[in-house]
Amino acid sequence: MASKFLAIALRRTIPKPTTAIRLVRHPFSTAAAVAVEPYEEDGNGIAMKGVKIAGRPLYLDMQATSPVDPRVLDAMLPYYLSHYGNPHSRTHLYGWESEQAVESARARVSALINASPKEIIFTSGATESNNISIKGVMHFYKDKKRHVITTQTEHKCVLDSCRYLQQEGFEVTYLPVKPDGLVDLEKLRTSIRPDTGLVSVMMVNNEIGVIQPMEEIGEICKEFNVPLHTDAAQALGKIPIDVDKMNISLMSLSGHKIYGPKGIGALFMRRRPRIRVEPQMNGGGQERGIRSGTVPTPLAVGFGAACELAMKEMEYDDKRISVLQERLLNGIREKIDGVVVNGSEVSRYAGNLNLSFAFVEGESLLMGLKEVAVSSGSACTSASLEPSYVLRALGVDEDMAHTSIRYGIGRFTTEEEIDRAVELTVKQVEKLRELSPLYEMFKEGIDIKSIQWSQH
Amino acid sequence: MLRHVTNRILGQGLRLPATPAAVGGSGLPRMYHERVVDHYNHPRNVGSFDKNDEDVGTGLVGAPACGDVMKLQIKVDDETGKIVDACFKTFGCGSAIASSSLATEWVKGKKMEEVLTIKNTEIAKHLSLPPVKLHCSMLAEDAIKAAVKDYEDKHSK
Repeated sequence: MASKFLAIALRRTIPKPTTAIRLVRHPFSTAAAVAVEPYEEDGNGIAMKGVKIAGRPLYLDMQATSPVDPRVLDAMLPYYLSHYGNPHSRTHLYGWESEQAVESARARVSALINASPKEIIFTSGATESNNISIKGVMHFYKDKKRHVITTQTEHKCVLDSCRYLQQEGFEVTYLPVKPDGLVDLEKLRTSIRPDTGLVSVMMVNNEIGVIQPMEEIGEICKEFNVPLHTDAAQALGKIPIDVDKMNISLMSLSGHKIYGPKGIGALFMRRRPRIRVEPQMNGGGQERGIRSGTVPTPLAVGFGAACELAMKEMEYDDKRISVLQERLLNGIREKIDGVVVNGSEVSRYAGNLNLSFAFVEGESLLMGLKEVAVSSGSACTSASLEPSYVLRALGVDEDMAHTSIRYGIGRFTTEEEIDRAVELTVKQVEKLRELSPLYEMFKEGIDIKSIQWSQH
Repeated sequence: MLRHVTNRILGQGLRLPATPAAVGGSGLPRMYHERVVDHYNHPRNVGSFDKNDEDVGTGLVGAPACGDVMKLQIKVDDETGKIVDACFKTFGCGSAIASSSLATEWVKGKKMEEVLTIKNTEIAKHLSLPPVKLHCSMLAEDAIKAAVKDYEDKHSK
């Protein structure tokens, strides 16, 4: 009775949102105080953050995240709406069926990497898995092992965890990479010491897409009996992974890079020989005591479904994406020169194409490419203005380091999208080269490196 | 009690902002101001003059390593000392392009002594540059000064 009175009173007083504003807010919600960016959508396109575009951009940023495959969403929904139990509830059907779903998802994830389901721990994502691996392993073995080896091109979470360990008194060696982005195996061999507790090398780089020689690295680690950790967030479901062949002890996996939901990942922890970690999340001892907290059943089910699909479709996707990558690269190279592919052209994942355009600055190019969702370097470094540390590690010249664009091609990318991306890129690059004094000097034959610049 | 509850709920509901314009203007962080985007899409006075020409002063500032290089050229009428034409070329981000484009607009028709008083803060204010992009406006100011100096050097020889 009272609620009806309330509803009538409210309907009379609160104005209906006009068509120009579409703010997603419920009048009752206290989240009204949280400002949502005005997102104006009318017949003429979308305006947001000072930029007007004709419609939603083409999505070519698959390394940042990927759309959820509709089949994955279908698998997840029942666990939100009807089978919503907590998998750790022992006493009733809701808990049992939820637990069964999680275990079956676990088996699917492990099948994709040739591991046992007992070796998979669900976490909130690859960042958490990386943290557990690096800090957890070193804290557990801190009496005997004080040294970590990693590379300069790792993901920020790995580098930051290592920095944290350094503050605690551990020693870290950041291996340089060759100009093609691959680790120098000789340098790795010589850096291993008797007190090395962990080697961490990411399988597929998120910025430049190079695939590291994991089998060779695994052999070296086996020889010296050092655990190998790898961040396989970008590699899972895209290249074949076998933890036994590659002698991997710990592996971080991410759900939202393989058309699964965001907010879930996993950690592979080898059981034979057993690797131990100190848990980073304390609590009820879920996930074998390694990661306490309720396992989010729908997300785990989604992750499992995504892994199952990846296993079936990996080869087909790879073929298709390679064709699209060639189309993109050749399309751009036909029309403009001065295009450099960053990273090894041989040992790379086809869906990641990182290009540098000489004489054109990256941020201005991105500003003009608003109709294509691409990224300059990685999403985690795009907030700061420094040139990507990955490109710097490759030894790319400073002026080229500012100009990289990363195109991510995925399962749902179409040929039309690639063609349009080529068209827009070529147009913007040509326009910016018109504006560029460096291009002008290059055309006149002046060697840019010989000029003395007046620094600030 | 009911009225109290209703008032509270209505109070919260009525905290909707009046118009998008009001919300947009009052300090929600925009990536690029409309003027910057405008200068980027329609840059004014892009081009080059012959730098060996007697009337032309060229200012080349910045460094590719920093990610910003600006070349600003001015054509000066010898008798009046006024800048009759200006053009620019820039290697840099959107804010840098906008700052130099704006600089060429502002120097046209002014005397050389006048343009030396153009401050980077004015450029930054006009384009609503965020603090992190202030160096672009500084570079534009330097470019103007360098162009004027180059012209004067040519004529003092």
